[in-house]
Amino acid sequence: MEKDIKILAIETSCDETAAAVVLNGREVLSNVISSQIKLHTIYGGVVPELASRKHTENINPVIRQALSEAGMTLSDVDAIAVTYGPGLVGALLVGVSEAKAIAWAAHKPIIGVHHIEGHISANFIENKDLEPPFLCLVVSGGHSHLVKVVGYGEFEILGRTRDDAAGEAFDKVARAIGLGYPGGPKIDAVSKTGNADAIEFPRAKVAGAEYDFSFSGLKSAVLNYLNSCEMKGEKIVTEDVAASFQKAVVDVLVEHSVHAIRETGFKKFALAGGVASNSALRTAMEEACKKEGVAFYRPSPILCTDNAAMIGAAAYYEFIKGNVSGYDLNAVPALKLGER
Amino acid sequence: MKLIGIDSSGMTASVAILEDDIVVAQYSVNHKKTHSQTLLPMLDEISRMTELDISTVDAIAISKGPGSFTGLRIGSATAKGLGFALDIPIVEVFTTDALAYNLCGTDKLVCPIMDARREQVYTGLYEFVKNDDIYMMETVLPASALAVEDIVARINEIGREVVFLGDGVPVYRDTVKNIITVPYSWASPNQNRQSAASVAALAAGKFKNGEFVNADAHVPEYLRLSQAERERKEKLARE
Repeated sequence: MEKDIKILAIETSCDETAAAVVLNGREVLSNVISSQIKLHTIYGGVVPELASRKHTENINPVIRQALSEAGMTLSDVDAIAVTYGPGLVGALLVGVSEAKAIAWAAHKPIIGVHHIEGHISANFIENKDLEPPFLCLVVSGGHSHLVKVVGYGEFEILGRTRDDAAGEAFDKVARAIGLGYPGGPKIDAVSKTGNADAIEFPRAKVAGAEYDFSFSGLKSAVLNYLNSCEMKGEKIVTEDVAASFQKAVVDVLVEHSVHAIRETGFKKFALAGGVASNSALRTAMEEACKKEGVAFYRPSPILCTDNAAMIGAAAYYEFIKGNVSGYDLNAVPALKLGER
Repeated sequence: MKLIGIDSSGMTASVAILEDDIVVAQYSVNHKKTHSQTLLPMLDEISRMTELDISTVDAIAISKGPGSFTGLRIGSATAKGLGFALDIPIVEVFTTDALAYNLCGTDKLVCPIMDARREQVYTGLYEFVKNDDIYMMETVLPASALAVEDIVARINEIGREVVFLGDGVPVYRDTVKNIITVPYSWASPNQNRQSAASVAALAAGKFKNGEFVNADAHVPEYLRLSQAERERKEKLARE
């Protein structure tokens, strides 16, 4: 057995200030998340400048707590990892600057990690047997990717969204039907009592790109439906709208995923990202995988949301490949998956 | 006593190492490249060049604001990370105070002006008073966000000769010329921008007086709300 590798990971790409200590990329020794949801709720979404300010306030106590819950001090860790993109540039910069300074002062290597690679790697934490290759559907507030995970840190993107991310569509529709922010969990909750077949919303296909997604048309269809109800004086059943919208999203995600499973012949499928917590998506995807005879993986909800444990998991595989960053590591808000 | 000074509040990225009465090293760059790419490599460079044993550093001196929000946070997060890892405190200095301190010893009034957009400057007014055999800086007007017309009006009222410096000078030179009624001058190129040596030198006095904060507690001093907060406040005030 090789030496144990303990990584202190930091994540500040959006509205969660998070730090974690991860052992050998698979075992979470601590996972601290300080959410800013309350701060942003009155604005109906994440305000980048406020998020950046809050990260600066929160970051040291969050890191301190992560080390303390892991029962160690800075000198015990082997490397520092940090999300350097994609995300809100101001928010990313807080984590990147802090992580680099800690690494420099403590004489530890610094590893810049791609946020989506983190989400995908969240699956390694609770599924010790999961190894590439596998297919992964990454769905969150900022991303919708269907990805072939060829090896650790090696990806081929099959499909991506052409406009809104799935989670973004959830947020926008939730706002339109008066559920507020954050939209994903709220739509998920009210949909449980709604009729998902009440309204037939469109399932968009992108011409010439069989794995790509498009959710802005669906969002517009919901808004049009709400407008026309209002004009006709018809009663809007929020639960039905939410459930029908959610089903339209889930149908497309599952259909594309099943298509990819069949075409690639991959035997393992994983969900990742904030929307992977959506109960309808989980159930539908699990059933689809069972039907296709494919093993289904998904992280627990706490590892689906933005967190640093997933960054520590991804960083481990970069670290053992020798992929460490320099002190000039910068935040890259539009960083592409598979780029370094 | 050993301090690391940092200023990334504007276009200038500047780091310095101060040991007692000597600036052991200073590295300043005025270039468009982002501070997150330059600041730590610069600190790494001067530390290696001067064989700094970082475990002997007593505190981090930071230019806490006002300034570019993002620039301030890069500096602050760097300072907080250093403070955390080395378990040392942070000495906070207003950006305008440190800028004024570039001209320590002048008998003129000193007025830093930093371009704050939205037709304002981050500014302040300072003077130097001799105390025994050294000059001490006194604050006449603390760091503020003001229209350049307002700060010049204040200077006219005081009626003393003034030296201007900072990145607001090229932006507001003509405006100042048109409305100022007292003798004035512009600071020279070697003194007219943020300097981490000034931050550290000013911080040294504070550190000796016990004026420092824990690295966890340090946050920038923006002097301004975010746009979203401001608009929300305005909206609520209208309703």
